[in-house]
Amino acid sequence: MTTVGPPQPAGGQQLTEEQLTGQPGSRYRVVGQSPAHHDFVDKVKGALHYAADWRLPGMLHGKIVRSQLPSARITGIDASAARALPGVVAVLTAADVPSNRIVEMASGGLAELEVSMPVLATDRVRYLGEPVAVVAAVTQQIAAEAAELVSVDYEELPGVFDVESARADGAPQVHEVGNTLVSWQIRCGDAASALAAADVVVEGEYRSQHVEHAYLEPEAGVGWVENGVLTLRVSTQVIEHAATIARILQVPQSKVRVIAAYMGGGFGGKEDMTVEPYLALLVWHTRRPVRMIWDRQESLVGSTKRHPFIMRYRTGASGDGTLTAQQVEIIGDAGAYPNLSPRVLFAAAACASGPYRVPNASITSSAVFTNNVPSSAFRGFGAMQIVLGYESQMDELADRLGMSRTELRERNFLAKGDLLPSGEPLGTCVEVAQTMHRAVALLGEPPAPSGPGKVTGRGIGCNRHPYGRAIWFRDKAAAWLSLQADGTLLIRCGVTDLGAGQAASLCQIAAEVLGAPLDDISIYIGDSALNPPAGGTFATRQLYMSGNAVLQAARELRDRMAPVAADLLGVPPDGLEFATGRVWPAGAAGAAGGGDGGGGDGHGADGHGGDGGGVSVTLAELAAACEQRSISTAHLSTWRGEAGSFDPRTGQGDTFPDYTYGTHAADVEVDTETGQVRVLRYAACHDVGRAINPMRVEGQIQGGAMQGLGYALTEDMDIQDGYAQAALFANYLIPNAQDFPDVLVAIVESGEGKGPLGARGIGEPPIGNVAATIASAIQDAIGVRPAQLPMTPERVLALIDARDT
Amino acid sequence: MNRRRLVLSVNGGDHEVWVLPSDTLLDVLHDELGLADVRYGCGEGVCGTCTVLLDGEPVNGCLILAVQAAGRPVTTLRGLMGPGETLHPLQECFLRRGASQCGFCTPGMVLTALDLVRRRGRASREEIRYALVGNLCRCTGYTKILDAVEEYADQAADTPDGVPS
Repeated sequence: MTTVGPPQPAGGQQLTEEQLTGQPGSRYRVVGQSPAHHDFVDKVKGALHYAADWRLPGMLHGKIVRSQLPSARITGIDASAARALPGVVAVLTAADVPSNRIVEMASGGLAELEVSMPVLATDRVRYLGEPVAVVAAVTQQIAAEAAELVSVDYEELPGVFDVESARADGAPQVHEVGNTLVSWQIRCGDAASALAAADVVVEGEYRSQHVEHAYLEPEAGVGWVENGVLTLRVSTQVIEHAATIARILQVPQSKVRVIAAYMGGGFGGKEDMTVEPYLALLVWHTRRPVRMIWDRQESLVGSTKRHPFIMRYRTGASGDGTLTAQQVEIIGDAGAYPNLSPRVLFAAAACASGPYRVPNASITSSAVFTNNVPSSAFRGFGAMQIVLGYESQMDELADRLGMSRTELRERNFLAKGDLLPSGEPLGTCVEVAQTMHRAVALLGEPPAPSGPGKVTGRGIGCNRHPYGRAIWFRDKAAAWLSLQADGTLLIRCGVTDLGAGQAASLCQIAAEVLGAPLDDISIYIGDSALNPPAGGTFATRQLYMSGNAVLQAARELRDRMAPVAADLLGVPPDGLEFATGRVWPAGAAGAAGGGDGGGGDGHGADGHGGDGGGVSVTLAELAAACEQRSISTAHLSTWRGEAGSFDPRTGQGDTFPDYTYGTHAADVEVDTETGQVRVLRYAACHDVGRAINPMRVEGQIQGGAMQGLGYALTEDMDIQDGYAQAALFANYLIPNAQDFPDVLVAIVESGEGKGPLGARGIGEPPIGNVAATIASAIQDAIGVRPAQLPMTPERVLALIDARDT
Repeated sequence: MNRRRLVLSVNGGDHEVWVLPSDTLLDVLHDELGLADVRYGCGEGVCGTCTVLLDGEPVNGCLILAVQAAGRPVTTLRGLMGPGETLHPLQECFLRRGASQCGFCTPGMVLTALDLVRRRGRASREEIRYALVGNLCRCTGYTKILDAVEEYADQAADTPDGVPS
């Protein structure tokens, strides 16, 4: 494995802040603060323009005609009535798609079957809601009416709707090549022998459900053609889909531009394309601007979901609680097309043993096709469902051994340098024990039951969650900075912003290194034509990747300008401090009282002298001096993540760059008459390495935990024989303001992440712990472990009844 | 198509629009008047992203027909701001407390919370939770939203007329 990028802590030595920022004697000024800046401001004003908020002259409205059956042959499509409707401009079917094959080799071609997905179904539909035709009309109402008038004749075919049936002999084939899309294995040691020799063995089967992302902004976008280029401005996490859109239209990649609007939530659901190919087809055919907004009910039926998992665990330990072996089998319902299932199931396998040392492991995971709506990315991405599996095993083991749950965990937590089951050593510290103690401490004394028939319980759940893409993708991100003539700073970076502060954190990092006040920084993101590529916003990768790219670009730009500043100030180039819009001799910025918050004014031309006696130059003066010396103040830099390889045959190799660890803890009360579970207190603690913006870190943890509470207790995108049972948003229960208590948060900053300034990613990790934590608390209360999600009153009551009979 | 002329009174100004009888207030505010702070989220009255104040009370713009709003004062989030886009004190609380993430729910949250504080003054955290059940947020987990509204409710109670704006 080769490491390219900023220096990493080695030999247990943490780098100093000075080494990390390159600022002599530095203490952070902007990083670690929680400025309410950038996107926050327009958001509280209601001024942000989301994807649905653009309107262009002559704009048409697009509407998809979707399959009404989960598995059928298309015997005919009659669009004549739709085309005859006044106001209809185009009705397109499969024959109108230049290249009607989307091939997503989500594993990078390592292991999966090659199965393509049509943009518009040709002769066969494989799930209810699959796009069959697409309409453009002068108003949204006419487009909807025309879509109803497209008549599709079907011959119904047998379907398969759960993974176990899909793997049985003689099962209907969703695709000709077979129903098992991918199978991964990760193996080390000899799990079977070690289990046979273990003093104690526990086993269990755990099941999770389909889950809806339920971002409040439905899928939307506007497209147009200008100078021969198709431009789409859409709600997407991935502008790199421009290349796929070019393939679909059979045009050069230079003729497609994708702009990502700030999203009204995504959570992985806008990682695959949504409206893009349909907008592209309509715009290309009509040569007019087109807007498409999926209505909520369409989004519920037709958008991707979280994979339901079946997880079978067997875990062996010695009498003192030391884990000796684990066997894990994970099966995920991929639905009708591959999407990102191979990668989701890889993450599940790579993380199946959690934050524990397991010397002998045999882990398999498979993604299986069904005639359900496709499953794909959703915050947590396979590494979250399995937390219920490995944490349930730890609680069972503790109970069997008569040990406390925390003691058993502490005995087995991973440490830096330990090998994962994939054979790779952990490169950074593991502070999971600290997160466990702090999360439990936040809860305080356990509460007493509120009345007769009520029992209380306390649970914990620890996790290990990757940040960054699988290593074998050889990930990279670029950033382009320009110090303007007036000393203000532009950042251009192809990140997309989900609302987690992706863009704002980059501003804080650049401000830290270059000393430009935040108000003087503008950031341009989410444009496949005008920004250097940064990769999509998924896999908790943007702070890690683009954060490092901006940090690297800022340091390199500063290093280029430093000799000029040193010359102006008469000090050596390594004796400079960039702060408050100025460059100072080292130590002078603080002495001049300009060291707080990066809020100073860098515009003045008063340069030398003043400011409490310190001599400094403004960034504007520095830019001018660089220009005079023909030194560019613009800089483009590409940061490359770690590279490595994984061998799917041996189940050994490199998986993810690094992990974020955390623990949640909860007190619940169970009503033994009704099975109702009330969450009384909830606490979460994660090691984020370095909190670039602590308020936004807290927000990620609180929001992730709340989504996890919905997943654990209420949310179920139930699909029966291919038909979604929630046809209305009112039928799909995401948490409201009354459902759950506040999420108490503690942040650990170990300083040892592989992100910028030692940060770790925090976008996905906090959703992982919740279901396991609540299951642990319910078990503590009623003495029985829930093994199926969501843990509804009916299921909890059934557990109590089974216990009592 | 039988469009009819309508005068909508929005954020203190009168706007003449030609609407279909079936057009919702949300459709007209967002698409005809260009108010991007009134947002389609579900069309069922469940999520609250299209909340506006009609006669001073929060309603879902997707459940009201535009014709029903004729001649009645409508306030959207942008109507709370002063000259030069100065923030309303409740917006300041949202900003300071980090109560937005993706921001899509924010206009509806602020308007519903404002109505609560106007009615109840120093509302308790439980009252705030109850008032906000019709405004869903998928990002924040609500804690920072509740913090922001609580802070504003405390400010409001400490001013003579009960409302700090």
